Amino acid sequence: MSKPIWSAFALVQTVCCALMLIVASDSAADDLPALLEQAQSKRVAAIAKASKTAVCIFGPGSRGGGSGVVISPDGFAISNYHVVESCGAFMKCSMSDGVLYDAVIVGIDPVGDVAMIKLLGRDDFPFSPLADSDAVRPGDWCFAVGNPFLLATDFRPTVSWGIVSGTHRYQYPAGTLLEYTDCIQTDAAINPGNSGGPLFNVDAEVIGINGRGSFEKRGRVNVGVGYAISSNQVRNFLDHLKSGRIIDHATLGATVATDEESKIRVSNILESSQAFRRGMDYDDEVVKFAGRDIQTVNQFKNVLGIFPRGWRVPVTFRRDGIDNEIWVRLTGVHAVEELVEIVEGEKKKPEEPPKGDKPGAPELPKVQVADSNAVPSAFKHMFIKRAGFTNYFFNLQNRDRVWQAFLEHGDFSKQEFAWRLKGVDSLNRNVTIVLGDTESGIQVDGRSYVLDPESDLDNQLDPPQTGGLLVALHLWRKMLIEGPEKFGDVEYLGSVPSPMTRELNDVLVATRSVVESNLMFSKSTGKLSSFEMYPDANVDPCELFFDDYQIDEDLTVPGKITYRFGVEAPVDIVVERIEFLEDKSEAADADAKQ
Amino acid sequence: MQSNNFQMFDGRVESGAFGFRLLRFPSLLCLRRVIGIVLIVALAFGIQSSSILAQETAQQNAALSGFQKVVVQTQPAMVKIVGSGGFQGLEPYQSGFLISGEGHILTVWSYVLDSDTVTATLNDGQKFDAKLIGYDPRLEIAILKVDAKGSANFKLDEAVPAPAGSRVLAFSNLYGVATGNEPASVQHGIVSAMTELSARRGAFASMYQGKVYVLDAVTNNPGAAGGAITDRKGRLVGLIGKELRDAQTGSWLNFAIPIDELSSSVNQILDGKMVVEPPESQRKPSESMTIDLIGIVMVPNVVSRTPPFVDRVVQDSVADIAGIRPDDLIIEVNGRMTPSSKSVNEQLSYIDRDAGMKLTIQRDREFIAVDIRLGR
Repeated sequence: MSKPIWSAFALVQTVCCALMLIVASDSAADDLPALLEQAQSKRVAAIAKASKTAVCIFGPGSRGGGSGVVISPDGFAISNYHVVESCGAFMKCSMSDGVLYDAVIVGIDPVGDVAMIKLLGRDDFPFSPLADSDAVRPGDWCFAVGNPFLLATDFRPTVSWGIVSGTHRYQYPAGTLLEYTDCIQTDAAINPGNSGGPLFNVDAEVIGINGRGSFEKRGRVNVGVGYAISSNQVRNFLDHLKSGRIIDHATLGATVATDEESKIRVSNILESSQAFRRGMDYDDEVVKFAGRDIQTVNQFKNVLGIFPRGWRVPVTFRRDGIDNEIWVRLTGVHAVEELVEIVEGEKKKPEEPPKGDKPGAPELPKVQVADSNAVPSAFKHMFIKRAGFTNYFFNLQNRDRVWQAFLEHGDFSKQEFAWRLKGVDSLNRNVTIVLGDTESGIQVDGRSYVLDPESDLDNQLDPPQTGGLLVALHLWRKMLIEGPEKFGDVEYLGSVPSPMTRELNDVLVATRSVVESNLMFSKSTGKLSSFEMYPDANVDPCELFFDDYQIDEDLTVPGKITYRFGVEAPVDIVVERIEFLEDKSEAADADAKQ
Repeated sequence: MQSNNFQMFDGRVESGAFGFRLLRFPSLLCLRRVIGIVLIVALAFGIQSSSILAQETAQQNAALSGFQKVVVQTQPAMVKIVGSGGFQGLEPYQSGFLISGEGHILTVWSYVLDSDTVTATLNDGQKFDAKLIGYDPRLEIAILKVDAKGSANFKLDEAVPAPAGSRVLAFSNLYGVATGNEPASVQHGIVSAMTELSARRGAFASMYQGKVYVLDAVTNNPGAAGGAITDRKGRLVGLIGKELRDAQTGSWLNFAIPIDELSSSVNQILDGKMVVEPPESQRKPSESMTIDLIGIVMVPNVVSRTPPFVDRVVQDSVADIAGIRPDDLIIEVNGRMTPSSKSVNEQLSYIDRDAGMKLTIQRDREFIAVDIRLGR
């Protein structure tokens, strides 16, 4: 019975469209058809260009599938976590060229419902750039490309055209996962199978990743209300996803609520949070967060949702009419084990469509495309299972990439004896630092502090008010000599903005005994730009910043080391001389002990 | 064309024997149709909003292209309305838009307004307790008022028609997506037909029977009712109707009521007719009329604004003889609107039991006038 209805509708629409065209060509000036033709060809070209980069994902066996989009020529593609979660390590992906490619899982962000996969077998994949989604406005034309209802049995994606219905939307998570923050709402048809696929602007740039719709009582088909994860959120998580880890989202360590005057106030704050240490307290009004004005709880959650843990953002809070701006490093929502547990739990869950009265991931028909076990042997090495990681292979790749780039500026592995640095700090004090395997020391204006590497490092945070400058310098030397393989547990985190320059830095996290160090490397030069040492997760780190790099024979060494702890003013040490001692003569240590 | 549904016939959309059903469940009958606060609103003349602000907005708008500009100009008139509901699949929210500089809001007459407090949130995030000024149960529209002066608004007399084939934009807070100062959602579509909505039969058929724009976009979602349809230049075209479903095929109709169809009713409400008002007499008679006397048992008065549905009629009572039936809804007492059980009792208490009275009841989608006189 329903078919005639639709054909009647279609007839009406067709007649209407035809009428419109007739009206347009009748009443318009001569140049209007040309204008229309121009607009039309632009649209056709954009769709053609964009469609080449869309990916249809088919899980092994008949376990669902969805869509994705390639974002770089080496085959990295973005999709939804809820699409790839049941696909296993390897999956089959088709593109509009009619080829079925093998793909491997790279990283997942279960909270943000984003996943990265890598298509294999080419290094010249057609790809789409990520647009600046903050420039997207309601009313903009946009289009979704993907694999609705898994229709792409000929491997060519489906296009649906629409407008942006809203921006900076907040959609509640299902449990702790699949939270859509700061997302783009569109009336372009988003149906089951479109999940993970791109939403494009008219210039064929990706503005979002479609993943969700409001469905409720009308069955799991498009009702003109789809949501796409913003491309800016995806960009913030890009290197994190490439790290092959299970990515966590961030928390401020404080929650907010709306008061009677519609002001957003801190309703709860952890005393262990950095925000609390920086002076924010219960009942303070939050007026700005990461550069955005905060007037609703949704706006606050929108900001939180677009950054991975570890990101530093400014927060402005108002107390007694006075605004205070603080910089806060966002911490994780889940412990690593917790995330692993949640993700494992999701996988084991029997496949049932989410309840009809809740918005959520669309339900899919079952389509069998390829034999699940057919992973070409050439690609088998590209998946390494390891607890806490989606695919450890990519973590190793990136760790080695970052370290190799650093080694371009000098190999410190031969400088295994004591290092001696002499300089003057910004308080005009003479500073001598000696770093060795058996002992390290620092002397500032005649006062000496010595570190015993054999004892617990987290109890030797000298000199006072530095947060452990000597430990940080000691570990810096050890890491430079030993490298990530020998130092301890070293993994690639992704990239976060430098606290100083705001430029994106690659980050290695190195853990030794209980002390965690974050090494930040400039993405442009590969040089080590900073080293943060956390004796404990709930205290401020001792931060070292390296600058004025100079070439000393075949090594590039910092001409300036700045250290900073919490809200203490940073102190610069201008390094006059750095010596790498030739043997175990402990004269150096004697210097420090004076 | 074999189907009985949607046949084009003299420009009318016929929905066959089953008709479009308003999305409504029997269990929520007692939630419907209420309001109450009897009020007299002093209309004050507002001051136009700051011209500096207008200039800034104009500058910002100059940089916008295509629909962006229309959207930015239209959204300030949109209102997010929150009231009763929130269970059994009943969304506690709907949409509306400002139609005067004095804070009058046009929306749909629905269970959402059956609440002591109906909150209207303007585009800029300002929240108000909205007062029900009046309503037209036949058109299923209501006018609310908030204490906001000089807000952006649509002018009903500037509304334009949108012939079939016109591109339109739909503004609403569908699914309650937007809260606080978040702007309403916008969708685009084409007017598929301008026709008459005729749902012939069925307990839950649409009250509204007049002309509608049938739209090709899914505009009539939960919470969208009361939203605005504009043409591509942002000129007001229609009011988004309630959710309406073909009972036979299960398909949903997306439609809007042309402003032309509403404006006289809206103007009547603004002129003080069909408004919620106090009883005609200021003095209560010593022996007043009561609902028991005429043999009506109302549905239990469980919520603050229980709609005045007849639960039972005592056999051979005055009401029974007058033809009142269970499930009838008392719309008016002596021409005065009775949005709740409480207001029925209130109105009756001012009527002398020896005087006759006239009840207007709604039965399905029919309105019936009933004369009541106690034979004493």
